[in-house]
Amino acid sequence: MARRVSTQSRIAWTIAAWAVALLIFFPILYTVLTSFKTEAEAIAGISLIPSGTFENYVEVQSQRDYFKPFMNSVVISVGSTLLALLVAIPAAWSMAFSPTRRTKDILMWMLSTKMMPAVAVLVPIYLIFRDGGLLDTRIGLTVMLTLINLPIVVWMLYTYFREIPGEILEAARMDGASLVSEILYVLTPMAVPGIASTMLLNIILAWNESFWTIRLTTTNAAPLTAFIASFSSPQGLFWAKLSAASTLAIAPILIMGWFSQRQLVRGLTFGAVK
Amino acid sequence: MATRQTRTLARFMMAPSVLLLLVWMIVPLAMTLWFSFQNYNLLNPANVSFAGLFNYKYFYTDPAFFQSIANTLILVGGVLVITVVGGILLALLLDQPIFGQGIVRILVISPFFVMPPVAALVWKNMIMHPGYGVLADIARFFGATPVDWFAQHPLLSIVIIVAWQWLPFATLILLTALQSLDGEQKEAAEMDGAGFLDRFRYLTLPHLARAITVVILIQTIFLLGVYAEILVTTNGGPGYASTNLAFLIYRTALLGYDVGGASAGGVIAVILANVVAIFLMRAVGRNLDR
Repeated sequence: MARRVSTQSRIAWTIAAWAVALLIFFPILYTVLTSFKTEAEAIAGISLIPSGTFENYVEVQSQRDYFKPFMNSVVISVGSTLLALLVAIPAAWSMAFSPTRRTKDILMWMLSTKMMPAVAVLVPIYLIFRDGGLLDTRIGLTVMLTLINLPIVVWMLYTYFREIPGEILEAARMDGASLVSEILYVLTPMAVPGIASTMLLNIILAWNESFWTIRLTTTNAAPLTAFIASFSSPQGLFWAKLSAASTLAIAPILIMGWFSQRQLVRGLTFGAVK
Repeated sequence: MATRQTRTLARFMMAPSVLLLLVWMIVPLAMTLWFSFQNYNLLNPANVSFAGLFNYKYFYTDPAFFQSIANTLILVGGVLVITVVGGILLALLLDQPIFGQGIVRILVISPFFVMPPVAALVWKNMIMHPGYGVLADIARFFGATPVDWFAQHPLLSIVIIVAWQWLPFATLILLTALQSLDGEQKEAAEMDGAGFLDRFRYLTLPHLARAITVVILIQTIFLLGVYAEILVTTNGGPGYASTNLAFLIYRTALLGYDVGGASAGGVIAVILANVVAIFLMRAVGRNLDR
């Protein structure tokens, strides 16, 4: 673009943008800062300079066993994502490469299952889980999150697979490639980026899911969402510890999110905005 | 290419996804529908009987029901207005030539990745707390009385928290759409003497229409089910002031042990969601097919 921009206006825009960005980011920044304060400092008024104690992190682990919900979160979000991919890849593949007249309808129908409010099926799911011994188990929650995110996974994969040109397969076949080498050397390399971004986005969604993870667990399988929610009970002010636990809970996903901004737009808009 | 064989294979490959979603959709929904016509309380599970429309009547005549519907609509509507308007403004701002655009983007998008319980508890304790929160400190600095957010404006507080979570999403999508706007068109309009507002109204806004529809659709799906934010902050109160339909059903089901009543509420929630969905799908379908 050949737009000349004066340095002055550029500086003005920069200041405005940074001010707004820092304002939006402030609650997160303040949480991280508070996690390095003592409990007394945490409620002593605004201060952007913590004393730098690591005590909260130590105590979150030693008193509340932070590692357990953390591992539950990892197992459940990664597990449900892999399971969803396993089911969704063949479906998205066939819809992208041999579409029928009904493919669009099926995709729309899948999306419409996301419209069903979770709370509407809370009672039956709760009873099924109770009777099946699935309450507060990792396996139950993993299956649950798989089902919830399956439509999004199919959609996302579909939009990626659709962009793989079909001609390239024919060309490979003309060159005498066998089916196996076609899949291994032609298709896989082109499909991997799409699968990877789908996986990333889905782990983020599963990690932050806060209805079923809170309602279907108590202690054993409780992931970080339920763990953090348990801090809301009004038994004194433990803001520094809450901040430490919160920082640990959001840090991995925040960093993953920063790397997947583009894929996020694509995935969550079902390819409508790129 | 082979036709019948590939088509059979395609069906076979699609079957697991379709079947899973079909079961996932039909079984619980059918159970909810069935329970909604039963007298069924978990405290007295041996005594289940046909209730006719009693549960619906019970839910319908409960004053909390209408309040919760109103709260749901205010919550969804309020957050949509804030995020769409704010998102457009923010996207326009971030689209300007600025230093460190990459970092600014990262800062703005971050709240979207914060899990709801963390977002809600951070706002409740560190920001909005009437005694020790940042807002209270600022108010005192200016000599004003700190606002007790969750006692005085419970629903507004939740709207603010949820809007903070979704503003980044709207911004990111609108910014992406904005950046795909043809630069030459913009320049041509500028050369023709179109002012900023004219350019925005006749060039930018029509270009963003599709992205805005998508933002509204996706957000509505998630906003109808806001739950954790309410659970850890107001717990629906004071009274029912911040109870949305999702929270009311949860209350009836797991705190009141009333399976029948909660199921009737669930059926109503499905109907509500479908009404919204039909409107949205129509609007989005029109916009997406272009």
